[in-house]
Amino acid sequence: MSTTSRITAAALAAAVGMTTLAACGGSGGASADDKTVTLVSHDSFAVSKSVLAAFEKESGYKVNFVKGGDAGKAVNQAILSKDNPQGDVFFGIDNTLLSRGLNAGLFTPYKAKGLDNVPAALQLDKGRHRVTPLDYGDICVNYDRAYFTKHKLAPPTTLDDLTKPQYKNLLVTENSATSSPGLAFQLATIAKYGNAGWQNYWKKLKANGVEVVDGWEQAYNDRFSGSAAGAGKGDKPLVVSYASSPPAEVLGKKPAPKEAPTGVATGTCFRQIEFGGLLKGAKNEKGGKALLDFLLSKKFQEDEPLNMFVNPARKDAKVPTLFTKYGTKIDKPTTLPPETITKNREQWIKQWSSLVLK
Amino acid sequence: MRLGLMAVPLAFFALFFAYPVAAIVGRGLKDGGQWQLGRLGAVLTDPDIVHVLWFTVWQAAASTGLTLLIALPGAYVFARFDFPGKQLLRAVVAVPFVLPTVVVGSAFLALVGRGGLLDELWGLRLDTSVWAILLAHVFFNYAVVVRTVGGLWGQLDPRQEEAARVLGAGRFAAWRKVTLPALGPAVAAAALMVFLFTFTSFGVVQILGGPTFSTLEVEIYRQTADFLDLPTAAVLTMIQFAAVLGVLGLHAWTVRRRETALRLVDASQATRRPRGRGQWALLWGNLLIITVLLVGPLIVLVERSFAGPDGYGTIFYDSLRSAASADSTFAVAPLDALWNSLAYGAAATLIALVIGGLAAAALTLPRLRRSPSGRTPVVNRFVRGFDALLMLPLGVSAVTVGFGFLITLDKPPLDLRASWWLVPLAQALVGVPFVVRTMLPVLKAVDGRLREAAAVLGASPWRVWREVDLPMVRRAVLIAAGFAFAVSLGEFGATVFIARPDHPTLPVAVARLLGRAGELNYGQAMALSTILMVVCAGALLILERIRINHPGEF
Repeated sequence: MSTTSRITAAALAAAVGMTTLAACGGSGGASADDKTVTLVSHDSFAVSKSVLAAFEKESGYKVNFVKGGDAGKAVNQAILSKDNPQGDVFFGIDNTLLSRGLNAGLFTPYKAKGLDNVPAALQLDKGRHRVTPLDYGDICVNYDRAYFTKHKLAPPTTLDDLTKPQYKNLLVTENSATSSPGLAFQLATIAKYGNAGWQNYWKKLKANGVEVVDGWEQAYNDRFSGSAAGAGKGDKPLVVSYASSPPAEVLGKKPAPKEAPTGVATGTCFRQIEFGGLLKGAKNEKGGKALLDFLLSKKFQEDEPLNMFVNPARKDAKVPTLFTKYGTKIDKPTTLPPETITKNREQWIKQWSSLVLK
Repeated sequence: MRLGLMAVPLAFFALFFAYPVAAIVGRGLKDGGQWQLGRLGAVLTDPDIVHVLWFTVWQAAASTGLTLLIALPGAYVFARFDFPGKQLLRAVVAVPFVLPTVVVGSAFLALVGRGGLLDELWGLRLDTSVWAILLAHVFFNYAVVVRTVGGLWGQLDPRQEEAARVLGAGRFAAWRKVTLPALGPAVAAAALMVFLFTFTSFGVVQILGGPTFSTLEVEIYRQTADFLDLPTAAVLTMIQFAAVLGVLGLHAWTVRRRETALRLVDASQATRRPRGRGQWALLWGNLLIITVLLVGPLIVLVERSFAGPDGYGTIFYDSLRSAASADSTFAVAPLDALWNSLAYGAAATLIALVIGGLAAAALTLPRLRRSPSGRTPVVNRFVRGFDALLMLPLGVSAVTVGFGFLITLDKPPLDLRASWWLVPLAQALVGVPFVVRTMLPVLKAVDGRLREAAAVLGASPWRVWREVDLPMVRRAVLIAAGFAFAVSLGEFGATVFIARPDHPTLPVAVARLLGRAGELNYGQAMALSTILMVVCAGALLILERIRINHPGEF
């Protein structure tokens, strides 16, 4: 009996030991002191180390990062943990998710320095300042230049073009239910044709042979013939991607080509605006405010394009030559009010799924 | 004593599995302070959900069947034959297990998709068909069968089958009457694990099946992560639970009383070079299957990692190396990611071995006898429940566990949300079932009388374990450690939710790169995947080579 109880005691000790060990490792959590500030974001957040170091030196704060999957997941995680937030500032809630976050009461109002330099069109929470616009980008149909030159065909420019017979079986897009560019493209059609007409448009698109895959990675890397990924084995010269994808295709190419191998159909775009905000219940509110000011500072804004392939929100931020030379400026993107998107999102996705996938 | 051994695994599962999952399901079912039981009916009668459930079950069953069909001969070849390069090949077949599904999906498309190899040669396309899903599942799970079944098979005394043949039994009859019953529990365990893995398949179904195929796992993920519809997700999770419990029950029922003491020998005594035309054909046939189905997609990855814009070269590897000094926080230095993966892997393996080892030991202790009234003692039922509990994490969605962690492990004394330890703990949850399942068949095969004899001669329980059990299970422990390590290296679902961004693992870094346009990013993703492959194979090779001085007599 004595050996039995000894083993039991040892086992219990091990359990307790492991728990404390684990608990001790947990001290690196949300900023408990006032010298660190924690930024919660999605996976794609990136910044130049030198720019970040300059902020840390100037402000005296050390920046911690918490990332939570893609944009949708990061927002949902923030909502789930809003009573005990994972950090002080959230980066990357876009206009398709904005209302969900605002309705959940995620943010404390704060007017960041430099907001006057942001165009009014981007300020979707004007007057209340619960969130601050930090960058924007467009989801557009991209085309493979080589294909259209070879076939002596003008690339499509509008949503209407995509239903024309000369573009039959050329487009691959993403599942609205699982991919945010896929959903944005659906929203572009809803914005263009309205609640009454978008389903009809998709019927025509389906009849014209649109192909749907689950994620952007498969659509762009595996199916799109214009991307260099996968040895150019893709079979679709049209794909739903970003307006910033052509500059990305040029990145690292030596010598630099005259133009990007892919182009953008400018009449097919939906604008995505990304916001940041001070999280309610932030442990370091003062530091959070400083961090938010930094995110809207000219220095960070000019650093954004090459790190995240988005456009800066500030008018006065300079855009790198890679963007001006190979990118396309989208003058008239479509958009929808965030409340409308949040209200109809699930229903629209359901309707789209039963229309297109079945 | 049994309860003592069980205390640690029980505490581990209660804290890091039951509590988080119960919390997230509870929050969904009690949305807005009201029990949402009406949802249960609404979801269960939704024809879409019924369809998803049906597809989930049948594709898992079909994948399991196909994997067994293809991998069991492989297990035999690895267990019984000696051939050059065997150890390397055994490590190679385990590589798919650790690769991120996005990467494998891409490689599979290059082989069986449009414009792929099969398409160019024979005009054959399998993408968006269920075959692509099934074949990819075989690709991923081949090693599970080869390693769990082969581990035991290699230690079965071949003389028993030979004796049956001498006594006049045909080759097949001898195998069916002698070997198969002995292997039964291991085959059942392998089948169970493959089933659970494919039942919760996520990436493979999405990438290769296209948007028309959806599994329960995909639905739970969408409802939780995309829609934040926790009530529906909770109901779906409960359906998943019920299905998994049903499968576990079925498994327990088939293997009950089958596990008996076996004659085990050292693996080296059971293998020899193949003899005769039939055995050589079997060996070559299996090698061919491995080459086409397992090595083929791997070669595609390696090829792409070297296929730079100006012909073959190491440009992607070079650019990965320069990422270490790059200015952007996006760039992940490969050595850092590698180091993170290895450190997480070592910690997760250790946790899984301790928890799984204690659990397996507790499960092997002799059962209490039935009481005279014929009722099964409560303890035995409890033990059976414990056995099932250990397997549950394999059948539960990573997103459920990840979101559960988020809302439960956020307060002192368990404020682990941003802790380094959270990742290996989550990975160990998936590793423990492998440890238990590889060790149990071997532990149960140890003749209890050996232990009793040792005890009678005055050995303490610790000494009995060290002198009787350990020498026999050493090989199983190494196999189990290999599994736990591989699981940790490749784990992505939970890791992506909880890995700290300053400590990305290799799969997380690969996914980041694949999420961006541009040849450079894609090429770097392929290069990192190749590094992941090499590391995995290397680690398994080293583990296989560890052979602590043989006692030689068993």
